[in-house]
Amino acid sequence: MTTRPVWTDPAAEVHWPPEHARKGFFTDTSICIGCKACEVACKEWNRNPTDGDFEILGSSYDNTGGLGANTWRHVAFIEQDRERIEQARESGRRLVSLGMPQVGPPEARTGPGAAPGADAGPGAAAASAPVDVLGGLADGTVSTADPTGPGAGMGVPGTGVPGAAGVDTAPPDTPEFRWLMSSDVCKHCTHAGCLDVCPTGALFRTEFGTVVVQADICNGCGTCVAGCPFGVIERRDDGTVSPKTDRDGRARREQDVPHAGTANKCTLCYDRLVDGLTPACAKTCPTTSIKFGDHSDMVDSAEDRVRNLHAQGMTEARLYGANPADGVGGTGSVFLLLDEPEVYGLPPDPRVPTKDLPQMFATAGIAAAGMIAATALAFLSGRS
Amino acid sequence: MTLSEFDSYRPPETRRRRRSVLRAPQDGFARRRRRPGAGTNDGSREMPIVEDVEFTSYYGRPIVKPPPWGHEIAAYLFLGGLAGGSALLGLGAQLTGRGALRRSTRLTALGAAGAGAVFLISDLGRPERFLHMMRTVKITSPMSLGSWLLGAFSSAAGVAAAAEVDRLLGSRLPLGPLRGLLRGAAGPAGACAGLLGAPLAVYTAVLLSDTANPTWNAARRELPFVFVSSASLASGGMAMLTTAPSQTVPARVLAVLGVGGDLAAMALMQRRMHPAEAEPLHTGAAGTKLRWAERLAIAGGIGTIVGGGNRMAAGAAGLALLTASALTRFGVLEAGIESTRDPRHVIEPQKARLAARRAAGITHDSITTTG
Ligand code: SF4
Ligand code: SF4
Repeated sequence: MTTRPVWTDPAAEVHWPPEHARKGFFTDTSICIGCKACEVACKEWNRNPTDGDFEILGSSYDNTGGLGANTWRHVAFIEQDRERIEQARESGRRLVSLGMPQVGPPEARTGPGAAPGADAGPGAAAASAPVDVLGGLADGTVSTADPTGPGAGMGVPGTGVPGAAGVDTAPPDTPEFRWLMSSDVCKHCTHAGCLDVCPTGALFRTEFGTVVVQADICNGCGTCVAGCPFGVIERRDDGTVSPKTDRDGRARREQDVPHAGTANKCTLCYDRLVDGLTPACAKTCPTTSIKFGDHSDMVDSAEDRVRNLHAQGMTEARLYGANPADGVGGTGSVFLLLDEPEVYGLPPDPRVPTKDLPQMFATAGIAAAGMIAATALAFLSGRS
Repeated sequence: MTLSEFDSYRPPETRRRRRSVLRAPQDGFARRRRRPGAGTNDGSREMPIVEDVEFTSYYGRPIVKPPPWGHEIAAYLFLGGLAGGSALLGLGAQLTGRGALRRSTRLTALGAAGAGAVFLISDLGRPERFLHMMRTVKITSPMSLGSWLLGAFSSAAGVAAAAEVDRLLGSRLPLGPLRGLLRGAAGPAGACAGLLGAPLAVYTAVLLSDTANPTWNAARRELPFVFVSSASLASGGMAMLTTAPSQTVPARVLAVLGVGGDLAAMALMQRRMHPAEAEPLHTGAAGTKLRWAERLAIAGGIGTIVGGGNRMAAGAAGLALLTASALTRFGVLEAGIESTRDPRHVIEPQKARLAARRAAGITHDSITTTG
């Protein structure tokens, strides 16, 4: 096991006094039911205008499409068949065997979150009872050897027959199909591309370690839009919100579009945080799929959860953004996914572009020097 | 899964269809295949509610967003390069005593920088707040540094050009005692503008590359060379268009050097990029523009060498070079915008580099981790 990389404190980096812990989300997609309450709560609290004209996208139950200037929580919906589930399980298993950063020494973990037998390693997949399949909502009784049995159709895995601890190594049953639902949000990156490239200082790092746009400063240059590796932030253009005429001929109430022409994205409910409140999406989430709290606690519970799921044979589970050594220094919003990130519309290997900025400046310096040299050469050779 | 004794009379169940390995279709959208409906196998299967979808991405929807940059920004890329190159030529002309070349390049520098700034401001979401660019100096933001650069360059180029205008008008600008000051400042100002010219021409390459945009970011090692070359050939071409051939020899040499650099850097850039990142540079509208840019640059370069001494031929070659430079900038900008439309341009290179790192034994830096 490699030594675990440490998290940088982004708020301390910009000299905030250490009054507040870094805040973050842990979005556990394994218990998301796709109700979209977070999307609604976010829209309401932040008074975000509608996107477009309520068009039905026709690809799935997700008609929001993606994150944008007016949509700061987006619930993805994916249906997968048995084969994709097996592939996902396999790719997750491979992550483990690759020696990817293990999330903490399992031996050292005790307490309610630790699955018995977890220290046997995920490969053993020793599913010992009781099994926490639905994050505490269900117990081992849903385990079933019959794929047509209850729960199998909804992506709840069978867990193998819980036998004597550590003996049953039978692979878990793979359900016929499953629905993946995942509430996406701004990642509040440790090294945020949007913030780095913003020329006006409109984007700033808050005392909670989050990334927020100051609407009265942003001049809508759009650089941050290109700077975000996750495609989160967007400029709220007049074009994105066009009040349409209703079918019965009455004009719909003109929308109040605040902050038109400026960049907009999730603030992690900065206005609520300063008052000690929970962000609207986490507050409203009925399944606690969206958890909010101190970032370190979020990472810890994410690690516990993925270890649990692996111990149950759900090797498709993996964390996204919980590694401070990744291309963005780890994210403030950590996710537990059940398939490859790109299946959810997330980049598989994001990298904050400013990481390469010193080299880019160096290259540009050489190019500029070359241009000056070429001009000098031109004048020297042009002497006639 | 036998439910009744009569099931034994059924033909044996066919094995579940294996799905072929996922491959990204050209349009990037997930391929769909309908599952056979009721009655195909054993007559008891229900019709699925949602049709069978295969994923290479999330319904082919973009992962990174295109910046809201339109033709104005492409025009600015071109004009900024033209202004920077012209100021550099102006400095050379000033040092070597080429009066006509100095005058035309100084005027070009100011005109191009001014028009570029107008385009830049008009593309802002809140143009009235363009001065917010000057709230802070941020070294991590090429846009911030570029704004300061453009401001400093324009001021210097403005002084140098004002002196030229005054001279052109036979000292008829109502300057009074300031005239002496202007004349005295013109030289240093021209030198300043000249030295800031190269950074002005190159910073836009960093501006594009310092993004999560797959094509621009992948171009980061060569794009600065493309942009300074493009600026060189554009400013050389402009000088050939505006100045008598007797004084444009250095401009012509610079233009030819620019053509060479442009072709070489562009070819190297496309070769070193991942195919999925380079693709938008040679397909679609952007690809067409870049192909024409290349042809016109070659034509303009040959025209410069062959007919540079002839006023008409030099003008035509200069025009070809200017068009080539503009097409290069429009092509590069549009290719980047295009590269965000299909998530394949993001997913494929990222998966490839992740796999390469893993193959090399580097496994600590993935964003995806497991317990
Ligand atoms: S996800 Fe994008 S918008 Fe959010 S902090 Fe990171 S770079 Fe900025
Ligand atoms: S934190 Fe607030 S703004 Fe962000 S998604 Fe949640 S509810 Fe919306």
